[in-house]
Parts: sequence; structure tokens; C-alpha cells
Amino acid sequence: MALSRLASSSSRSADLLKPLCSAISLRRPISTDTTPITVETSVPFTSHQCDTPSRSVQTNAKELFTFFRDMALMRRMEIAADSLYKAKLIRGFCHLYDGQEAVAVGMEAAITKKDCIITAYRDHCTFVSRGGTLLEVFAELMGRQAGCSRGKGGSMHFYKKDSNFYGGHGIVGAQVPLGCGLAFAQKYSKDEAVTFALYGDGAANQGQLFEALNISALWDLPAILVCENNHYGMGTAEWRAAKSPAYYKRGDYAPGLKVDGMDAFAVKQACTFAKEHALKNGPIILEMDTYRYHGHSMSDPGSTYRTRDEITGVRQERDPVERIRKLILSHDLATEKELKDIEKEIRKEVDDAIAQAKENPLPESSELFTNVYAKGLGVESFGADRKEVRAILP
Amino acid sequence: MGLRNIIGKRLGLGLVRRRKPFSTATCDGDGNGNGNAKSINLYSAINQALHIALETDNRAFVFGEDVSFGGVFRCTTGLSDRFGKARVFNTPLCEQGIVGFGIGLAAMGNRAIAEIQFADYIYPAFDQIVNEAAKFRYRSGNQFNCGVSNKFPGLTIRAPYGAVGHGGHYHSQSPEAFFCHVPGIKVVIPRSPRQAKGLLLSCIRDPNPVVFFEPKWLYRLAVEEVPEHDYMLPLSEAEVIRQGSDITLVGWGAQLSVMEQACNEAEKDGISCELIDLKTLLPWDKETVEASVRKTGRVLISHEAPVTGGFGAEISASIVERCFLRLEAPVARVCGLDTPFPLVFEPFYMPTKNKILDAIKATVNY
Repeated sequence: MALSRLASSSSRSADLLKPLCSAISLRRPISTDTTPITVETSVPFTSHQCDTPSRSVQTNAKELFTFFRDMALMRRMEIAADSLYKAKLIRGFCHLYDGQEAVAVGMEAAITKKDCIITAYRDHCTFVSRGGTLLEVFAELMGRQAGCSRGKGGSMHFYKKDSNFYGGHGIVGAQVPLGCGLAFAQKYSKDEAVTFALYGDGAANQGQLFEALNISALWDLPAILVCENNHYGMGTAEWRAAKSPAYYKRGDYAPGLKVDGMDAFAVKQACTFAKEHALKNGPIILEMDTYRYHGHSMSDPGSTYRTRDEITGVRQERDPVERIRKLILSHDLATEKELKDIEKEIRKEVDDAIAQAKENPLPESSELFTNVYAKGLGVESFGADRKEVRAILP
Repeated sequence: MGLRNIIGKRLGLGLVRRRKPFSTATCDGDGNGNGNAKSINLYSAINQALHIALETDNRAFVFGEDVSFGGVFRCTTGLSDRFGKARVFNTPLCEQGIVGFGIGLAAMGNRAIAEIQFADYIYPAFDQIVNEAAKFRYRSGNQFNCGVSNKFPGLTIRAPYGAVGHGGHYHSQSPEAFFCHVPGIKVVIPRSPRQAKGLLLSCIRDPNPVVFFEPKWLYRLAVEEVPEHDYMLPLSEAEVIRQGSDITLVGWGAQLSVMEQACNEAEKDGISCELIDLKTLLPWDKETVEASVRKTGRVLISHEAPVTGGFGAEISASIVERCFLRLEAPVARVCGLDTPFPLVFEPFYMPTKNKILDAIKATVNY
């Protein structure tokens, strides 16, 4: 499974680098060493109504490098998106995921593409971990045709049907009942697959979440509710919004696990455990203790409700990319310079994707009317004054 | 970006010969000229109104997501510091809970002023508004309502609505039409800072549940002289903000400034337009609009919400019912398209000045 990820990531970069083939020869091959290495998660797991998985996680050099590369790519991508937004090439709303990469990467490592993931609007990195390309990301952010939603969705609405990534939702909490519906379909079709429905600490107080949890538990659906707890619902700290910020316990009758969301291996271990559990026993809640460096969105500086010291503190002590870097170096799998070279490569990949996306055209104006209804079944739409313009919806 | 050329900073053209039919709220003055007036923008005017509301009634409460630090649009700045956290407080992220809670609070005789952060998020609360708030008085035979005592009860729900240039699907919607279909609540939409302050105070003091939509586009953009004292503007009274004789235009909120630009352009072609601000959409002032249509014989309605089933449809049907023989041309509606509010296509979706101008000419030359 890790091999296919490796192949896909290198073919992805190969596609992007095709017109500039001179760069390929300079790329250092990622280690394919699969001798097992054992790492310990940063902290033990805490559980509610279930056993805890072991702190020792099996991995290997290849996986370490994949984690490093993927997270560094996501980090670079989000920072590039920040600059594009400030340059007004991305408009509307842009919610960045940097700091939380370990959740996306760790989760992906534990599951297959048959498992479904559904999340809210902080979805750029989740999309990439599900196989989305950088071009699709940047094009969608800038509203161009090559975007994953054909430029019609924007930052908050990334989807990838062929890898069961169900997006990309604006109204928080609304995606969780949807996720439970996906789980129902999976159980019905005997897919032996699960659904991960992600939501934040802010959305954890939405009523529909508890409705969905109740239904899932009643019917033993393979739904895994993942609370990405970055401790701030926009500007509101969790202790001011929730009576019980122990989100993993809020399932009451549903078991829960608290996970260090900045440790990709802890996330991977927890997701493996959760998948096994959900297939046998029904829903389980995972609380990922994570942190976002940026504000809620690009309109939020992120420093009015938390101190800069807090942000730099987390960056120094818990940064997910740094953790993997230290692991790689301590296991002598690469030198500092080699890792820096990988990062340079990534920077170039991101820049190339942005350049390509900038060249891409905006969607045709006729796209305004497409996909309102299923093709051929929507009858009419009217123009501004209802008499002059009548479009038969495609 | 886009064709939305809002220069409409000064909408306070002075109240031009306002008709005075039925008033459904007590009015302490028309906010016109008495006392000191300062030039402020929309969010400051709303902020002033909220300060006054909490000052004059010690059972008034303001709550919603993030209102404590001032809110995402700064409408609630300073309230928490001045009136304390027991009266101005944040709620968790739960619209249904916020409104339900507000109804209960109001039923005990308090003034509950709930904020829904964006009108696009109001739908989880729709059940509470429609099934609980609107019908409370009716189903309990006036024993309970959103305000039980005969003093100053009431529930007001404030929400920023409308396009903002780059809001996309979930930060630009105009859901007023859904609420206009519910007997038992009132729907009010101001067009400018001075109107907003007076109307909001009337809404807060009205003994019925009110949904108050604030045009977010105008929060900073619209600047006007607003008197500093406490004043209320009457609900269910439309205002003729521009006199004319050839065609009546009806609108509300931010769309009025676009319509005004269209009127100015039409004037150059010799078409005299009468522009009416509906202000209260439910119950709406049919008399003023009807009187205007009887004068001009033509009417055009414009709103940002999609044309099918928008509130323009109700106005159109009512006017046809009342003024059929007087009408010289079919009622024109220049509205948003029948699609979800788009992202990059916003300039095409919006009912722009040129679309309105075209419709004015088509109607006049019918």
C-alpha cells in the first residue's frame, strides 16, 4: 500500500515536471528500504469505553520519507496559498491547514482508497492526501477550469470521487450526518470499508452531530467521527464553547480515543485501531489534539485570541514535520542536506503547479447554469428579468 | 471585483415626502435632524442601536457566536465591556440552540437579541423560527409569546445577508423570501446607517419575533449622518426615497443603491423613476406601493435572491391583484439567477445596474 503511494507521488511530480525534464535527474530517489523500524508515539493514548492501542508503531524508512515528503509538500502548499491570497489571486475564503498535516497524512497511511473521508472546509491537505494533484488544488483555489471542482467550488469545496473523498463543506457539522450515511452504504454493500467524518472543536457543539452518532451507534455503522481539535473555533477557545472539551468522551455510549494529532504515527495507529473497531462494533470517536498556525481563515490574523508565544511554542515543540525530520536524522536515514534538498524540490513543484494554474482559464460563462440539476432534468432557468433571457438548463 | 459599482455612500438623501399610512410600532421621532448627528458607517450605527437597547432596558440580552469581542463585523463592539458578560455573551456553534434559547428567554419577558453570524447559517434555526417563535402566541391563545409581559418583550434575530463580492455559496445568500412566508414573524431590512439604527430599535422593542437582515456589503461602505439619540423608525411603512412619474421601482437593503444608479441613468434618457424602499418585508406596506403604481402605471422589483419564488413574486402578485387595470406593462423583476450563489460567476449572477436599466426601458417602452 505504501508502495502505491510512493508510485503515485513520484508520477504526480513527474507529470508536473514533464516540460522541465532536466530537473528529474537531480531528484534524489526516496529510500525504498522496508526493514521495520519501531517508533514510540509522543504520548500514550487515552480512551473512553475501549482499550488503548499500543504506543509502539511499526514503520520503515520508506514510510518515514513518504510522511516527510507529503507533509512538507502540504506545508509548502498552504504557505504558497497564503501568498496567493494576499496577491488577490485567490479570493473568497481560504482556510489553511498548516500545523495539522499529521492528521491527513497519518490517516491516509492507515486506510485504503475504498474508505471514505468527509470533512469541513479546511480541506486542501486532505484532498492532496487522497491523491489530489497540486495543479488541481491551485487551479480550484483560483477558480480555474483545471480545478478539482472545475473552478465552481473554490477553497471550501474540494472533492475527489474516485478516491472516495467527499469534500469540502461550508456549513460545519452538516458533513457528519452525511458521513454516517456513507457508512451505512458501505455496510449495506459489505465493502469492509469505513467512513471518517471529520469536524472541528467548534462544530462539536452542533446538534446534528449527536443525531448522527445516535443513529450510527443504533445501527452499528462503520463510522469514525474524528474531531480535529485545534482548540479554537474561529476565535473562540474550546473551554469557552464546550462544557466538556474532552471531545472523545462526548460520545457517551460510543467509545472514544484521544490522540496526539501532531504525531503522524499516533494518528496512523489510532486510525488503524479505529477502522478495526468500527468494522466490528460500530462508531468510535477520535479526538485529534492538533493545532493550526494560521488563523481561522485568511481574514483572521490568528493573534487576537491567542498569543504569539503559544503559536511559536507549539511550532517549536510539536511541529509534525520537524518530528519526522528528527526521526529520520536520528535513525541515520538521511543527512540534513538531503532533507533540505527534498524540500527544495517540493518548493519547485509547488511553484510549477502555481505557474501552470495561473495559465489556466476561468470556467466558461455557460458553466453558471450547469449542474444545477441533473443533466436534462432541470427544465428552465431565467435571466435577470425573466423575460429576455431563458436558458434551458443543460 | 465585478460590475457592482457601489458608490452609494450617501443614501441619506433626506426623507422625501414620506407617506404616513399605518404604523405598527411606537415612534419617538423620525431620526431627522434633531440632536447631534455624526457621520458613521452601518456597523457603527447598529452598534449604537444595540448600546441604546441595552441601556434602556436592563432585561435586554445580546448573544451569538463571537459577539463578545465585537463580532466578526464589529456590530457588538464594546457591549460586553459596558454591560457585562451576563448580558452580552458568546454561544457555542449551534444556530438551532441559539434561536431556541432566545425564544425561551423572550417568553420569560426579556428582550432577546440573537445574532446569527451569516444569514447563510440560519437554516438550522429555521425550524425554531418557523415552528416555535412564529406560532407561539397563536397556539397558546396569547398566553405565551416571544415576550409574555405587556411591558417590552421580544425576540430579535440579527443576521448579515447579501453578496459581498467574493462570498461564494455560503457567505452571500439572501434568505429573506423563506421567512416572508411565515405569518407570525416580521422581516426587516435597512438600507443605510440611519435607517438601520432606527429600524433595529423598533424591531427590538416590537412585541413580535423579528428577523433583521443587515446588508453586509454596506457595513463599512455606507456612511451617513446618524443622530446620536434614541430614535425609532416605524415598521411596516415603506418609504419613497425618490419621486418619479414613469415607473415605480421597489427594493430593499443594498440593492437600493444599485437601483438608484439605474434611476440616475434612466433619467438621462428622460425616464422619471420613483424608488421605494420597502424596509419591512413582512408585513409589507401594500398601500404605499399601490399608491405609487397608481401614479406611474409600471413597476419593477429587484432583489439579489433568485427570481423564482423570491419576495418579488409576492409583490408582483399583490400589485397585479390591486392595480390590474392601471398597469401599462407587466411587472418586471430583475433578480438573481435561479442557481446556487456562485463563486467566480458572481458578476453574472447579480442584478446589476445595467440589467435594471434594460428592464426599466423595456417596461417603459412596452
